[in-house]
Amino acid sequence: MSWLDTVVQGVLLGGLYALFAAGLSLVFGIMRLVNLAHGDLIVLAAFLILVLVSALGLNPFAAAVIAAPLMFAAGWLLQYFLLNRTLGKDILPPLLVTFGLSIVIQNGLLEGFSADSRRIFAGSLETASIGLGPVNAGIMPLMTFLSAVAAVVGLNQLIYRTAVGRAFRATSDDPLTAGLMGIRPQRIFAMATGLAMVVVTIAALYLGTRANFDPTSGPARLIYAFEAVIIGGLGSLWGTLAGGIILGVAQTVGAAINPEWQILAGHLAFLLVLLFKPRGLFPRAVD
Amino acid sequence: MALPSFQVETQTKASAVFGIAAAAALLIAFAAPLLVSRGVIQDLFFILTMLVLAQNWNLLAGYAGLISVGQQVFVGFGAYAMFGCVILFGVDPLVAVLIAGVLSTLLAIPTAFFTFRLYGPYFAIGTWVVAEVVRLLLAQWKALGGGTGTSLPRDATRDMLGVGLMRDVFDMKASQAGDALTYWLALILAALTVGFIYRLLRSKQGLGLAAVRDNEQAARAVGVDARRMKAFVYLATAFITGIAGALIYVQKARISPDAAFSVTDWTAYVIFIVVIGGIGTVEGPIVGVIVFFLLQNLLAGYGSWYLLVLGLIGIGVMLFAPRGLWGLVSDRTGIQLFPVRRMLKGGSLNQTSKGGPHG
Repeated sequence: MSWLDTVVQGVLLGGLYALFAAGLSLVFGIMRLVNLAHGDLIVLAAFLILVLVSALGLNPFAAAVIAAPLMFAAGWLLQYFLLNRTLGKDILPPLLVTFGLSIVIQNGLLEGFSADSRRIFAGSLETASIGLGPVNAGIMPLMTFLSAVAAVVGLNQLIYRTAVGRAFRATSDDPLTAGLMGIRPQRIFAMATGLAMVVVTIAALYLGTRANFDPTSGPARLIYAFEAVIIGGLGSLWGTLAGGIILGVAQTVGAAINPEWQILAGHLAFLLVLLFKPRGLFPRAVD
Repeated sequence: MALPSFQVETQTKASAVFGIAAAAALLIAFAAPLLVSRGVIQDLFFILTMLVLAQNWNLLAGYAGLISVGQQVFVGFGAYAMFGCVILFGVDPLVAVLIAGVLSTLLAIPTAFFTFRLYGPYFAIGTWVVAEVVRLLLAQWKALGGGTGTSLPRDATRDMLGVGLMRDVFDMKASQAGDALTYWLALILAALTVGFIYRLLRSKQGLGLAAVRDNEQAARAVGVDARRMKAFVYLATAFITGIAGALIYVQKARISPDAAFSVTDWTAYVIFIVVIGGIGTVEGPIVGVIVFFLLQNLLAGYGSWYLLVLGLIGIGVMLFAPRGLWGLVSDRTGIQLFPVRRMLKGGSLNQTSKGGPHG
């Protein structure tokens, strides 16, 4: 395997990590909430798509289109009725409640689906590839990457160009003053988490079609998402995409040297960034 | 006019009575291996080691504001350090436990260096990443079994310091003596941990710690070195957690990276114990570990339902009774068994007045 090929695979893998991370980044940006159940929600969405595919015989992409509004609703309700109660100056309640949620989702999925590894089959797309100059890229990894770029562009458009986005930014800056202007922060937060869950559904689609997953895969996804966010710098979605790419490249390069080092190489890249640029490569937010 | 003489006290009537009762309970607990079966001793060992882990996590999260979900790194690293000392250098397991504590503290220095750069909630995930890194690195160490793990040599635990003596004095079998010995050590460790944390919280440094937790800026303004306090607590808990981890694995005698660095066993359970019992109190983890043990026995047959229920209870407590079971008891009755709150007494004051939130 040539080095160029390795790097290209890494960049495409980075798209997946950026998709994992975009939802986390969005929610943190708007309400300073770090959702420790984020990875488990990705796995939950993957199981939802799997159920839709196997029960209704749908194409995975069609199943994701159905799953997305369901996940939006789940995210909205979760935020409005549970997580909003935990927000405040103290960071302990949201962390512990989402940690509890992570354990609940994992064990709920274990009860429902057993510990077996699953996979969403996407037919001939899985093995298809096209030549990009000197290297070959799989169609699925390429679609993952393009979806990540589309998600970042879409979210940025939403945040900076629409009324909802203005409300997001206003609430992020100062929920109290935003409230005086007729914005209801509670609903804005619920909307943001719902939106994050739509991105989570896209991430779940590619997670499930590219590799095996099981009910305990969540925490590792959370860690990759977190690393992408921190490498990229808080508050910038393009930074998160870059963070995902750096993580992906570090992992594939590590795996090319020794297959056992794939995950470790990603973690080490993260620690190196933390060592030299503690605020990430492209920081935007002040905190 | 002479100023009325004030006095700052932290002792309450309940705490004085409790102190005597606790000393008596400790004495009985020491005699337990001579009174009850080996199965009970193993259960008590489990309770005591979980109590040590819970007290440490409580000190970190409830007092120093360092919410870590990566404390399994010190359990696992302590256990591996002990295994390494025993298998590679033939050190006695009990000496190796102490070495493991020291090595865990050394590991905490670079760990703190990285994770302290992360803001509040991200610190939590940062500690988790560090735990993963250490797990993956130790899984590469072929001399200690790599990814599949290894066992302690049989004669290492059989010839452990003190085992021979106990066999002669109490006429025990080697395995029975080993269990009794690790139990006693766990009991001593638990008593010392509670004592250390209680003393720390009553000291000047403890007051500083509470001040930092309640308002870091205000605390810094009056001269509390927040970063230094947090670093001290982080290193101290790493030391004790490392010792606890090593001791747990002397008793288990078999190690693998996945078990030694398990988030569920060494962090999720510990967090639920503290949250359910009452975060930010010394009593909380004690209540929590008892409730946890009862729940575990009650729901043992239901597999993952058990953790699911534990998670739901944890969420419920956090939302509706954030100070846990002990908080409920203490609020209703005013009883404090480990009072750390300073009360002003004497002079013209007829009644005691509180010295500030939890301070």
